[in-house]
Amino acid sequence: MTTSTPKKYDVIGTRPIRHDGVEKVTGRAKYGADLQLPGLLYGKVLRSPHAHARIRSIDTSAAEALPGVKAVVTGSDIPAASDTVQSLGETAVRMRYLSNNVLAGDKALYKGQAIAAVAAVNVNVAEEALALIKVDYQPLPPVINVMDAIKDGAPLLHEDMLTQELGKRTDKHSNIANHFQFKKGDLEAGLQKADVIVEREFNTASVHQGYIETHNGTALWSSDGNLTIWCSTQGSFMVRSQLAQLLMVPESKIKVVPMEIGGGFGGKISVYLEPLAALLARKTGHPVKLTMSRAEVFEGTGPTPGTHMKVKMGANKEGRITAAQVSLYYEAGAFPGSPVNAGAMCALAPYNLENAQVDGYDVVVNKPKAAAYRAPGSTQSAMAVETVIDEVCEKLKIDPLEFRLLNGAKEGDRRVDGPTFGRIGYLETVRAALAHPHYKTPLGGPHRGRGVASGFWFNAGGQSSCYISVNADGTVSLVEGSVDIGGTRVSVAMQAAEVLGLPAEAVKPTVVDTDSVGYTWVTGGSSTTLKTGLAAYEAAQDVKRQLLERAAKIWETPVENIELVKGVFRSKHDPALKLTFAELAGKLLATGGPVTGSASVDAKGVGPAFATHIVDVEVDPETGKTQILRYTAVQDAGTAIHPSYVEGQIQGGVAQGIGWALNEEYFFNQQGQMANSSFLDYRMPTSLDLPLIDTVIVEVPNPGHPFGVRGVGEVPIVPPPAAIANAISHALGVRMTTLPMSPGKVLEALWKKEGGRS
Amino acid sequence: MSNKTHVQARINGEDTEFLCEPQQSLLEVLRDTLGMTGTKEGCNDGNCGACSVVLNGRLVDSCLVLAVETEGKSVDTIEGVAGPQGLHPLQQKFLEEAALQCGICTPGFIVAAKALLEREPNPSEQRVRLWLAGNLCRCTGYDKIVRAVLGAAKVMEAKKP
Repeated sequence: MTTSTPKKYDVIGTRPIRHDGVEKVTGRAKYGADLQLPGLLYGKVLRSPHAHARIRSIDTSAAEALPGVKAVVTGSDIPAASDTVQSLGETAVRMRYLSNNVLAGDKALYKGQAIAAVAAVNVNVAEEALALIKVDYQPLPPVINVMDAIKDGAPLLHEDMLTQELGKRTDKHSNIANHFQFKKGDLEAGLQKADVIVEREFNTASVHQGYIETHNGTALWSSDGNLTIWCSTQGSFMVRSQLAQLLMVPESKIKVVPMEIGGGFGGKISVYLEPLAALLARKTGHPVKLTMSRAEVFEGTGPTPGTHMKVKMGANKEGRITAAQVSLYYEAGAFPGSPVNAGAMCALAPYNLENAQVDGYDVVVNKPKAAAYRAPGSTQSAMAVETVIDEVCEKLKIDPLEFRLLNGAKEGDRRVDGPTFGRIGYLETVRAALAHPHYKTPLGGPHRGRGVASGFWFNAGGQSSCYISVNADGTVSLVEGSVDIGGTRVSVAMQAAEVLGLPAEAVKPTVVDTDSVGYTWVTGGSSTTLKTGLAAYEAAQDVKRQLLERAAKIWETPVENIELVKGVFRSKHDPALKLTFAELAGKLLATGGPVTGSASVDAKGVGPAFATHIVDVEVDPETGKTQILRYTAVQDAGTAIHPSYVEGQIQGGVAQGIGWALNEEYFFNQQGQMANSSFLDYRMPTSLDLPLIDTVIVEVPNPGHPFGVRGVGEVPIVPPPAAIANAISHALGVRMTTLPMSPGKVLEALWKKEGGRS
Repeated sequence: MSNKTHVQARINGEDTEFLCEPQQSLLEVLRDTLGMTGTKEGCNDGNCGACSVVLNGRLVDSCLVLAVETEGKSVDTIEGVAGPQGLHPLQQKFLEEAALQCGICTPGFIVAAKALLEREPNPSEQRVRLWLAGNLCRCTGYDKIVRAVLGAAKVMEAKKP
């Protein structure tokens, strides 16, 4: 279902078949692990069995002596990385920490951290060699939970780390890397004005991005010093810059070839295997390929953090929020840098508040270093804030969507963390949800409940580059640096097609390596259709300008007299003078040479995304199992370039949000070892767990983009856990404050409410 | 190297010979020995379905089948789904319905769905969901995949003489 204004465009808003589709449905598309090279060696990684241990020594001599083993590398093989900070898309990382995450230094900080890597003639020999590496560990007590980590006297992960407190470096050693605060108005005065106050605490578990393709990396380091990397990444230029800094090699010596990528969701931006492949390739002189097992993916990459959160909110009888206070403690994993900043900025973003305070704490624990995961940080804080709002509404006896209309942010409102909104479509999503038949349909049974929740994500822009060359048959070839993770070849190509008056099929997009296109920021932050779309738009304008000039030259008339209308170049004055795009394209070589357009942009006109979701659930009071009966997701997409892929992003985000809400969770034993590192025990939703997911695309065009694009990928994961928690609460009359809301947790909450049985 | 076994199997209708070690899975041999990388590895323990193939008419995870077990048997993979005349209706519907995003799980879904439609030409939505519950997709939320399979069933039914 799409609500939109009358048709403004010829290509945008249509649903052409994606250009890379046939390759992907026939199995011909080449993903990272599919690569084969002559003389290829296979690598494997030795990982720490301890969540926290000092590494006294590593003896690799027996492994190196095993026939078939070609090289072994350890942390000491990584050139001393400078203590600089590298921007990684939605997060940033200190290179020293990244180096230790890639291969441990003198401490292992989580179970699964890479300690050493082996290259051998085949995987079996490499695995055999791992068993021969002798590591002398001194195990240390681990901290695996954010609340344990911040206790006085907790074991410290980084003895040299000093806590940052409100922007100032202190001399305090703790596992809190950073405490920051956003404030607006007067919190206490706001709470005084409230007629109802709700205060709740929340705990959420670590969850993984769960892409089906495991990480991989292949490297060839030629004797001329040129390093080529093939990998599945969201940002080939980010891989290049991380490798340059880790290996202390000039960027110009590194070429990163992005293979097709089997899902990322934020988790394939930081490097893991690529530097190991490079080091092994340098030592052996051969190409070396590494791929992770599923257990390595769970234990050595991702996840998104577990949290502890507190929310206190006051509202008056008129239904206005008078004050809100949010405290967020996010697990960064083994190294600082959780997405708590984004979580704190998003927490209250959908609301126009006079009085609010948000505190964020970035806390290190003995778990894998947190990576970005679809709207990183926002889903957790929305779980806390959006369920407290639901409880406020219950106490005030106000419809939760009407309440959002009263308090929702609009153009000109200032967020608690500072920025003022431009044109946004939050209230439009709430109105569309209110008007949706789903919201009015009776639930039709006992133990059923309906919940709503909203979500915010900033979206991003950034740098991108694009080349377009005109082919003699009237098609154009489009070269871009944005890795296509879910249909962006087509959404970018469509924007060029719109400018040139061509059908989408006449634009042939190709994603190329870092030597073959200008700098392009990650496929992340919901940025690609905006930023690479803008680059394609500008490159197409460049082509159009040149083609108009060429037609003017052919017709010996001033260029001002010529226009391009629906794929036809024509004179504004002489109806006899016209050439279709293909006819003009066919004349280029003989009339002055080929035409190529290019553009490099730094897209700044970012338009934030809002979503409002409605969910119906049925909870079995005997087993505690929650079934999703119906799901409707409303989202402002700005302009939906390819509505099918917008719907797909929304449905995929909802599915991940449902998994996060109901099932997904890292289980750790007392030693800090993950106990469920397989898809059998880490249960992601299957087709049987989900209903069809209805989507409503609201289009409030982003004035910062020529076609009004906002970016759609991330915000749909934000509302589901809160919406489902609200639905369960209404079904059972008990408030859910933990994620996941697995059957056991639901039963515990139910028994606690009934009193006694526990 | 010396303990390799000679295996003869019928892969996508072609008699195929290969050498493999006794511990090698069918998935390994398909991908690494035969270069048929359309069959994907997502977990290597039978929980994601990305490596789905049909073995003697039965849908299996090729990571859980030893390559030596295929001696004298037929193996059908994603590479055999499209013919010279073009795409299979399932492949076409996956494209039209935008039933793939990253595409890594797509070969497994198409192989699994084809096995279903060959048994049951008119499955219900619930039946499709149950049958495909062994295949994980993390991108789509399954909505468009289920629609594509139901749509392909209709096309295939209409094409029947």
